[in-house]
Formats: sequence, C-alpha cells, structure tokens
Amino acid sequence: MSNDIRIKKGLDIKLKGEAEKTLEKAILSNFYTLRPEDFHGVIPKLISKVGTKVKAGEPVFFDKSNENIKFVSPVSGEIIEIARGEKRRILSIKFQADKEQTYQDYGVFNVDAAKPNEVKAHLLASGCWPFIKQRPYDVIASPDRAPKAIFISGYASAPLAADLDFTLKGKEAALQAAVTALGKLTEGKVHVSVGAKSTSPLAGLSGITLHKVSGPHPSGNVGTLINKVDPVNKGEVVWTVAAQDLVIIGELLLTGKFNAERIVALAGSSVEKPRYFTTKIGSEVATMIYDKGITQRARVRVISGNVLSGKHIKPDGYLDYYSNVITVIPEGDDYELFGWNKPVFNKVSTSRAFTFSWLNPNKKYDLNTNTNGEHRAFVVTGGYEEVFPLDIYPMQILKACMYKDLDEMEALGMYEVAPEDFALTEFVCVSKQPHQEIIRKGLDVMLKEIG
Amino acid sequence: MNLKTRLHILKRKYRGSKWAPAFNALHTFLYLPDETTHNGTHIKVADDLKRTMNTVIMAMVPCLIFGMFNAGYQHNLAVGDIQAVAGSFFSSEFWTLDNFLIGFWKIIPLVIVSYGVGLGIEFLFAIIKKHEVEEGYLVTGMLVPLIVPVDIPLWMLAVAVAFGVVIGKEVFGGTGMNILNPALTIRAFLFFAYPTWMSGDKVWVEGAVERTNEIAAGANLDAISGETILGSLAQGKEVAFSTWDMFMGFIPGSVGETSTLLILLGGLFLIFAKIGSWRIMLSSVLGASVMGLIFNQIVDAGVITETSKFYSLMSTPFWEHLIIGGFAFGTVFMATDPVTASQTNKGKWYYGFLIGFISILIRVFNPAYPEGVMLAILLMNVFAPTIDYYVIQGNVKKRLKRLKVKTA
Repeated sequence: MSNDIRIKKGLDIKLKGEAEKTLEKAILSNFYTLRPEDFHGVIPKLISKVGTKVKAGEPVFFDKSNENIKFVSPVSGEIIEIARGEKRRILSIKFQADKEQTYQDYGVFNVDAAKPNEVKAHLLASGCWPFIKQRPYDVIASPDRAPKAIFISGYASAPLAADLDFTLKGKEAALQAAVTALGKLTEGKVHVSVGAKSTSPLAGLSGITLHKVSGPHPSGNVGTLINKVDPVNKGEVVWTVAAQDLVIIGELLLTGKFNAERIVALAGSSVEKPRYFTTKIGSEVATMIYDKGITQRARVRVISGNVLSGKHIKPDGYLDYYSNVITVIPEGDDYELFGWNKPVFNKVSTSRAFTFSWLNPNKKYDLNTNTNGEHRAFVVTGGYEEVFPLDIYPMQILKACMYKDLDEMEALGMYEVAPEDFALTEFVCVSKQPHQEIIRKGLDVMLKEIG
Repeated sequence: MNLKTRLHILKRKYRGSKWAPAFNALHTFLYLPDETTHNGTHIKVADDLKRTMNTVIMAMVPCLIFGMFNAGYQHNLAVGDIQAVAGSFFSSEFWTLDNFLIGFWKIIPLVIVSYGVGLGIEFLFAIIKKHEVEEGYLVTGMLVPLIVPVDIPLWMLAVAVAFGVVIGKEVFGGTGMNILNPALTIRAFLFFAYPTWMSGDKVWVEGAVERTNEIAAGANLDAISGETILGSLAQGKEVAFSTWDMFMGFIPGSVGETSTLLILLGGLFLIFAKIGSWRIMLSSVLGASVMGLIFNQIVDAGVITETSKFYSLMSTPFWEHLIIGGFAFGTVFMATDPVTASQTNKGKWYYGFLIGFISILIRVFNPAYPEGVMLAILLMNVFAPTIDYYVIQGNVKKRLKRLKVKTA
C-alpha cells in the first residue's frame, strides 16, 4: 500500500558541492568522542572512568533520569579523557581506538519470535535506544510510554543531504530486522516515507505503511510526514528513527554486534571533491575533510549535519551521534559595501526585492555563513507560511515560545513540532530570528513544566 | 588602511559603549555587517529588514517626484501662469523644471524634517534602551511627507512626528511592537491638533494660505483656491477635473497621493517583489467597491434624492471612489504595513476588506472631513489582533476536535 504526499509549501535551497555518488573508506580515526550534548535533555551518569578499556558496544554512561537507557562506546579502546565544563557537566568522552576492534557480543536476536518487552530490553541494553526519538519534545524516547505510531523518513530533502537511496543500498536485511523489531513496540503502524521517484530499499520492506512524498524541502522531514499522516495530539507519543540508524539497530539484532559504522556524505562548496565515506559515529572529521577536501588554511565552517540544522564543529571536531552528512561552506565574516540595497544575484532569496534568484530557479549557489543583516524584531508577515507546510501558525507559535505561555504553545501545536521543522522559516527570516533555538527552548520549558 | 578596516576598528572601539547603536546604525548603512550565523541555520536568505524597507521606499519614489512636479503645477495653475494639462500623462505643461523646482523646495524640507526628527528620536531611544536602531522609521519617514498638505508649517510637522514616533511606536517597544501605523498616527495628530491646516480649500495648493493672509491684510489679489475632489463632492459642487486627470494625478491633494497611476505601479511592484501583501490590497479594493456599489444602488433606488447633502458622494460611481482621495495611497502603502495589519493570511482578507468598506463609509457620511481611509486604517489597526485571534482559534479548534475524535 502506498499513499502519496505532495508538499507544495517549502523551498529547495540549491547549493554547490553535492556529494558525488562514490564511496570511499575513510582513514581510520585514532580518536573518537561521545558528546552528551548530542542527546538533548540527557544527564549522563558515567559507568566507566578514564583509563577503562571498553569494547565496541559496551555501555559508557546511562541517563540519570532513566537508568535503563544506556549509551555505548562506538569503538573498542581506552577512555583517555573526560572533558567537563561548568558545574562539572560532562562535555565529551574521548576514546583512543584499538588497532584490532573487539565487540561486545549481545547475541543473535530472534526478532520474529521475540515479545515486545524482550525487544525493548534488548535495544535498551545494547545502546540502540538513543536512536529512537519521540515527539512531543524531540528527545530520546521514553521507554515507559508506548507510541501510537513510528515514523521513519527515507527521503532526504534538505540541502546537500546524503542521498538515502545511495547510503542504504544493500542493507535490506538490517533494515527489515529493525522495522520488524520496532513494529512490535507500537500498537499502531510504522510509517515510512520515500521519495516519489526513489529506488529506496525501504520501499520493499514488509510490515510498514509506505508513503511516497514529493515536493520541495521539508517534504523529507519526518515532522512533515507526521503532520500529514497522523499528527500528535495532546497526551500522545510518536517515535521517530533516522533511516541510517535503522542499519545499526538491524545489524545489532542480526549479528549481536553494535557496529557504529555509517556512510556519511562530505558535501559543501568548500570541498574540492565532495563524496561519500564509510566511517564511524564519533570519529574525527579531519580523517575525511582534508583529502581532496579543504585546504588547511581555508576560512570555512565545518558542520556536522546539514546547513540548516547541523552543528557547528571545528575542523578538529568529531562527527556527532546522529548526522550522516558533513558540510563545509565558506565563512562569511566580511563586510559588504551597500550589501543591504544593491541588487543581489549570488544569494538565495524568496522575495524579489532587488534579489534575482527567482530569475534562475535551477542555479546552484555558493552561500556562506553571513547573516546578511542584523537581528530584528518580527516585522514582516506571510513569508514563513510559504515555506512551512505544517498546519500550524509558525510566527504565532514562535512568539508563544518567546513569552513562554504554556497554554498557548499547547493550543498552537507545540506537541507536534521539533526544532528542525522551523529550519526553513529561520532561513527565510528577514528579522534573522533564531527560530530553531526559540522552539528548542520552548520545548524544554514544556518538558520541564508539563513533562 | 581602507575605509572598511578603519570602520571595523571603530566598531570594535564602540562595542559595548552607549554610542554603539548609533555607530552601528550608520555603519550598517554603508556595509552589510560581518556577522555570521552560529547554530541553527548556517546560511540565511539575502533579505534583511533594511532591504525590505528600502524596497518600499523605492516604490514610493515615483510618487514623491510626481508630487514635486504637481505641487509646482498646482501653484502655477492657480496663479494663472500656465494652462491646464490636456490629455497625456507626459504633458509638457506638467513636467517643467519650473514646476519641479517650486515643489522641490517645498517638499524637500518636509522630507528632511520628517527624517531628521523621526530618526533623531529613534537613535535617542536606541541609545537609552541599548538596542540597535531598527529600520521601521525608514518607511514612515518617507510616508509622512507624502500624506500632508504641501504648505504644512515645518514646526507642526516636527511636533507631529515626535508625537507619532514616541506615542505611536516607542512606548509600545519600538519597531514591530506598535499597534497603530506610525505614519497615520502622525497624520491623525496633525488632523486633530491643527484641523485648519489639514482640510478645507486653502491648504492643498502651494501659496494658497499665504495669499489668503495677504488678502486679509488688504492686498488686492485673487484668492487661490484649490479644492480636492472630495472637498468639492462633499459640498455638492461641480468637480473641475476629468476622471483622466484624477487617475493621472493632476489634481490638488496631499503631496504624494494624487497620482493613482503611480500608486498602482508602486503597488504592483510591491506585489511582484513579494513585499506588499496582495491579499490586503485586493480585498481593500473589493471592500471599497462593495460599499460604493451599495451607495450607488441606494441612489438608483431613489432613497436619496438630489437634495440630500450625501447625494453627490453617494452617486459617485463606485470605481471613481478608488481613484479619488487618499484611498489608493492608503491601501497600497499604509494598510499593508505588516506590523499593524493582520498577520495571518486569512485575517488579511477580512482586514483589507473592512478597510475599503469603512473608508468609503466614512468618506460619504463625514461632513466635516470628506476622507475616510486614514480613520478606517487606524480603526482596523486596532481590530487586526482581534481578527487574527479568531483566525488562529480556528486552527486551535481543529486541533482540539482531532483530539476529541481520538478519545471518543
């Protein structure tokens, strides 16, 4: 069964530096890190100390509010550093990888015969649980509440995103094992979206409800899929899993090994030869970005994730837990004479206010990180709605978050959204308001006050 | 060391000091700042508020230039130096240097006072409240000279601008927070504080007031009278201008609002640039047409006879209402102010429609002051949040209903 979802409101931002579909094995990273900040809202409790030898897949810390949620090491090796910030908050846990990788053996899991509780316990113990996120609040799913449905987006519409058809190719067995296991954890359906013209391996899976999506970004966002299929109501929970993480979950179920291997795209206009790499969660991005990538002294922004919602990392930084793309674009920390009123041809714009990107809709742009203007109060109206396909009033919900009116946030649909749903409205915002941050803070207030 | 580097060093020096907002306001006029994104989206669209505001100003420039020619033209016509324009928009009687210079020297001071006082107050507030100077006043400052009579004394304008910016905007928190359109607040202040300078038949033509005073002092001269179309209609007089003149704008009126043609072009440009809301403009025209048609029907049905003082305005064909008075200017440049208008797309339809509707209603029934668009917009500014509230409640109810269906 397949249902078509056509998105009309949105915006495809066409950027230079799309990854070429060739796969390389990245140089093995010597060091790996886990950063608790990747897991929003989790307060880590350490299991191991500096100097502990761990196997790949061995728990390193757990969530203080729910001890069952374990976070495991992506590699086997030794913990060499635990960096702490203010109030001894753990910033990162650094591993030195062994030459020969050894894996914690969780045993081959018989998915078809397993009961829901066994599946849940297995995923929790093996460190696969953090891949499952929930809405409301866009945090790691609470194992105590059953979701009404599970949503997986197999279509990456964000600018320079890794093509999931390419990265998931040949992983059918792992994907099938993962969705079968997840399907046991919900009474509802497992909704999977793929692009209308895709050849995604996801399309052939059994036990799922398939949706073919088309239209501009954010058609591939899981939030858009949820909103169009079965929006979250008050008191309900849905789970979301990124398609590439299904592979890790599936492999664990099939082989018993937590294999943190992931195919990531190295993309962006600053990269000489954008392409795909096989690497591991938490590895140094330096192992990928310099070979036919960027020059040592280039003034660039390295982003773990896509240009709309990714994390700003340094060239000596690490791939974060959920990303499957590393984007490198030029920094824009320079002035531009009369940049506010002269005609603009080399930047993207949704207006035609002496901006001319509408003349050439297929042109690819080399955008930098300049804000193109200063932060202002909300003034212009109507622009967000054109790139925002959800049935929600974007400016009104943002304002409700800013003045922290919980009733209004709830009424306007706060349970349905995640920060990334507001990435495009943030991109087009004339007042340069930080929409995703506003939504994240709003969700945090709700999580704290309502739970 | 070039200008860019020097200014960058100065910016560093002023950072954190109380003069920083003032310096930055000037600096960012010259250079797009070197600010970069942090987390969130790493790239941003090319548009910022300055560009948006600048686009609106560009759309108004033709009206301003036309206003300069028209001020001179009306003056020369009234004193009998030239003949009335016949026919074409590019009539050589109208586009003369003489006409332009008369208007130029009258109108440039209005622009300077408007921007000087308004921006001065904006800078002051920015420094006191330690925020950046926001761009809202760039458009307001341009609107104000276009919607006042050409002879308005500069001190009155200065007082009104100060009032409008402080009471109309800053007390609410500045750009983006105000409830009433600041330019119309300024005009409303002038209208209620100095009514003799804002209505009647003596203020719309350059030199008319002066001439009246000279006559009163005993000079033997002909009075200059320049009545607006609406003024004539309200008094049941014959209108001295053809419909074509009204559309082109060769008529007395506030500085920049006479040429419906140029306003229409400006409006189309704003719609094309996706800056102005076509929903508001279109629905406002619809609203005005509906009200005009209702009045026309009443006249046709014989309810109102020629003896009624409302007869001449009521019997004005509905489409003519669109090109006389300040309706077109108000609809295109004032009703569409995003801050004070409805902010939801659906709400914009109601908001615009009611502005058009009420404009013509006030225009016809107000004997003292035969123009309604200013009051209609100010009234709807007040009601815009209410309209939005009900539109958003529709979305909220849909969500609640979805929940009920689930639990039932």
